Amino acid sequence: MNRTAAQVHGWLLLLPAAVLLAAFTHYPAAATLWHSLFSTPKPNRPAVFVGLDNYRAMAEDPVFWQSLANNLWFALGTIPVSIALALLMAVWVNGRLAGRGFLRLAYFTPTVLPMIAVANIWLFFFTPQYGLLEQITGLLGLPSHNWLGSQNTALGCLVVVTIWKEAGFFMIFYLAALQAIPPNLHEAARIEGASPWTVFRRVTFPLLMPTTLFVLVNAVINSFRLVDHIVVMTRGGPDNATSLLLYYIYDVGFKFWDSAYAAALTLVLLVLLGVAALVQFGFLEKRIHYR
Amino acid sequence: MTRALETAGGWLLAILWVLPLAYAVWAAVHPSEFSVRFVLTAPLTLANFEAAWNAAPFARYFVNTVLLVTLILVAQLVLCTLAAYAFARYEFRGRDLAFALVLVQLMVMPDVLLVENYRTMSQLGILDSTLAIGLPYMASAFGIFLLRQTFKTIPKELDEAARVEGAGSLQVLWKVYVPLARPVYVAFGLVSVSYHWNNFLWPIIVTNTVNSRPLTVGLQVFSSADQGIDWSIICAATLLTSAPLLLAFLLFQRQFVQSFMRAGIR
Amino acid sequence: MKKALFALLAALSLAATAVRAQEISFYYPVAVGGPITKIIDGLAAGFEKENPGIKVKPIYSGTYQESIVKALTANKAGEPPVLSVLLSTDMYSLIDEDAIMPWDELIKADADRAWLKSFFPGFMENSQTGGKTWGVPFQRSTIVLYWNKELFKEAGLDPNRAPASWTEMVEFAKKLTHKDGSGNVAQWGVQVPSSGFPYWLFQGFTTQNNVLLMSKDGTRTFYDNPAVIEALQFWVDLSKKHGVMKPGIIEWGTTPRDFFEKKVAMMWTTTGNLTNVRSNAKFDFGVAMLPSGKRRGTPTGGGNFYLFKKSTPAQREAAFKFVRWMTSPERAAQWGIETGYVAVRGDAWETAEMKKYVQGFPQASVARDQLQYAVAELSTHDNQRVTKALNDGLQAALTGTKTAESAMKDAQREAERILKPYRK
Repeated sequence: MNRTAAQVHGWLLLLPAAVLLAAFTHYPAAATLWHSLFSTPKPNRPAVFVGLDNYRAMAEDPVFWQSLANNLWFALGTIPVSIALALLMAVWVNGRLAGRGFLRLAYFTPTVLPMIAVANIWLFFFTPQYGLLEQITGLLGLPSHNWLGSQNTALGCLVVVTIWKEAGFFMIFYLAALQAIPPNLHEAARIEGASPWTVFRRVTFPLLMPTTLFVLVNAVINSFRLVDHIVVMTRGGPDNATSLLLYYIYDVGFKFWDSAYAAALTLVLLVLLGVAALVQFGFLEKRIHYR
Repeated sequence: MTRALETAGGWLLAILWVLPLAYAVWAAVHPSEFSVRFVLTAPLTLANFEAAWNAAPFARYFVNTVLLVTLILVAQLVLCTLAAYAFARYEFRGRDLAFALVLVQLMVMPDVLLVENYRTMSQLGILDSTLAIGLPYMASAFGIFLLRQTFKTIPKELDEAARVEGAGSLQVLWKVYVPLARPVYVAFGLVSVSYHWNNFLWPIIVTNTVNSRPLTVGLQVFSSADQGIDWSIICAATLLTSAPLLLAFLLFQRQFVQSFMRAGIR
Repeated sequence: MKKALFALLAALSLAATAVRAQEISFYYPVAVGGPITKIIDGLAAGFEKENPGIKVKPIYSGTYQESIVKALTANKAGEPPVLSVLLSTDMYSLIDEDAIMPWDELIKADADRAWLKSFFPGFMENSQTGGKTWGVPFQRSTIVLYWNKELFKEAGLDPNRAPASWTEMVEFAKKLTHKDGSGNVAQWGVQVPSSGFPYWLFQGFTTQNNVLLMSKDGTRTFYDNPAVIEALQFWVDLSKKHGVMKPGIIEWGTTPRDFFEKKVAMMWTTTGNLTNVRSNAKFDFGVAMLPSGKRRGTPTGGGNFYLFKKSTPAQREAAFKFVRWMTSPERAAQWGIETGYVAVRGDAWETAEMKKYVQGFPQASVARDQLQYAVAELSTHDNQRVTKALNDGLQAALTGTKTAESAMKDAQREAERILKPYRK
């Protein structure tokens, strides 16, 4: 096949996907930047160019800063723990524990349940006085607490729910990776007298790095994307203690109808995701041990 | 000793993990007085399922959701296969730049851009349709990425052999690459279906009526309470809407894991 | 030959348009539970039977919040419904988005004018502005106090007497708050929910303290008025000082369940929950007006019918017919009986059905009797944002992160910032 034909064919094959990607990822990202520099159009007031006004307002908006901080804490809370748990679960399920079929099922169930539905159940768990958690703490003689209704614990509760939802999904990736490690590597290490922990640390874990990177990328994206449970459980409260960036964008864009400000907020989110991507692909990629 | 500890730990975690589902079952089959009280001798009832089924047009929601995930999956399979083939086997100008742009979508999912995408859908005039829900997801960067990786590992000799037999490019794709990438397709399909079955934020913005409303949105509309939460009915509705996926996973557990393994997602 | 065919087609299509029924779609905010959907469907069918040529299509759109989002979304996309039942407080937002039109243009006949006058004035406050009527009351409510008569008896209180004042409420609540063996409170005296939309419950306190939260034209708020701060302090003190209310934010959705489970003896919630409480409370309960501070008071709540601008004259006429029909005395009474909302007009309460109902279930008339003390619900331009500022402040004060004073001052500052452009 000559070169021109190859070029044309290549682009033709790519075209449908490229068009959709451009339309729903690249164009909106650019449009977000553009619209954030204008005011919100209303029926009797068309949009005017306002430069960085929206960003100035954002800098003075305490709810924005709170949402940003919340999101970072949320990410910090969910990412390491869900990955660690996923790895642990995979090791357990892989390691011929008694009844591992049930274990695997139990760990993976959260993934197939819609977050919207499950959030209602967790709402019950956290309900004061007769919620499940309260019933258990009551049995143990611990004091009653309004988990979702107080600022210091509300976000923590959401972190717990998210970890519960995510860990099982990541477990599958680790499980597959673990099963792909040739057993002779472990044998060799054990023959050399290494303890199970050392085997894990020196042999297994480095080999799992590509999976870890993949799971990490997913976890980071999800920590910014998952807001379904907020809609059901706290609606951003109490007093914005559980307001995450995407949830605030949803509020601003579809409850206040302030599309220009929503665009500015979205841009911040995009920048955060971009930075996260650079860090992960650029920096961590170098540390990965490929076979 | 450590073995016993590990088993105990594993089981404890599993029980914790399955607790919400267990509670859902408990609340769904008992009358609402027992939704918060765990009396073992409480009467069983199917009335909650009936009430849940009648409270909202779940049959319609099911149809919408199945339509949605099928539409998205089919489109993804076709578009991503073509694109991945182009990236893997063709040399054309701007290829690497194009691939980098594709990778952008890995991090920047359409739901993050909901304000702008909503505007686009409104301009296209397709709001409140299954197409509007699915369109932003059809070109999946994840799918393109996976398939490109897989296609690249397929030995060129097979490609050349097929061509020698007179096959055109698309036929080579269909006869050589696609069959060899089957585990990847299965794994990707599973991820895609479960993701879109459970997607909520974008659909709730884009749908207005029962026409295209999927299960997740239907569930939210149904369980958001101005008059107080009745966990029995909500749990019944939850079980109804997650039953298909749950059942599918129960039956196909092994295939699930194996396909991920063979897909070599590393 | 061709001409004849053409003429025939033209005639047929003309006939078809004439015969085709006028269709009016309307968004209805359904809450949980099938019964209300069925009632609305029944009403729509009843109307269609009496008015062949008009088809009514209810579209169930979730909570009030979700419904306003959907209605405005549809409006921006160019395809709004003809009618919608939305919160009475959404009036300014809908006007600002140029989505609705006043009903006055359709109220031409004397009979129509009399009909408009027959609604309770308390409900018209959130329905009219600038001399025009933008909303027609349909499902309106007030806050009421539900109390558990059994628990009252156990605590040595007269089971048939609800607290009539703030002091009494605290006093009764103290007797009704019990701790269990391990020192945890097993039963609270009173509960005023504060999740989601605490501003509504707060208006109960402020009205009872004889102060208003906003100006009549929706361009100014008074969050930092000392009387407002005082009202907030009372709310905060219920848990902080008197220890009769759960600390932290109290979830609206689980409050009825708390009441059924006897975890609380008195609760403030909407009269719209009346049917719910009646079916699920396995004990004798009472419904009372909210206790008086300096005076009795409650905000109104609930939804009005709004007419959307992007509709044809024929659709508007049809919609007007439907709204008149839905708010006739008999139907308003029927609606009130079946759902627990307050029948929105005086003559509805005089119908035979309603009289019989109230006789058998006197709790139903409490909300109506309270109307004389009712004030408009908080409603301003850019309503969602201005309300959010207040909600955030209330939640901050109730969780103790801010004092009542600083919370309200911050809220007022935010509201000022938002409302200033509307005062030009």
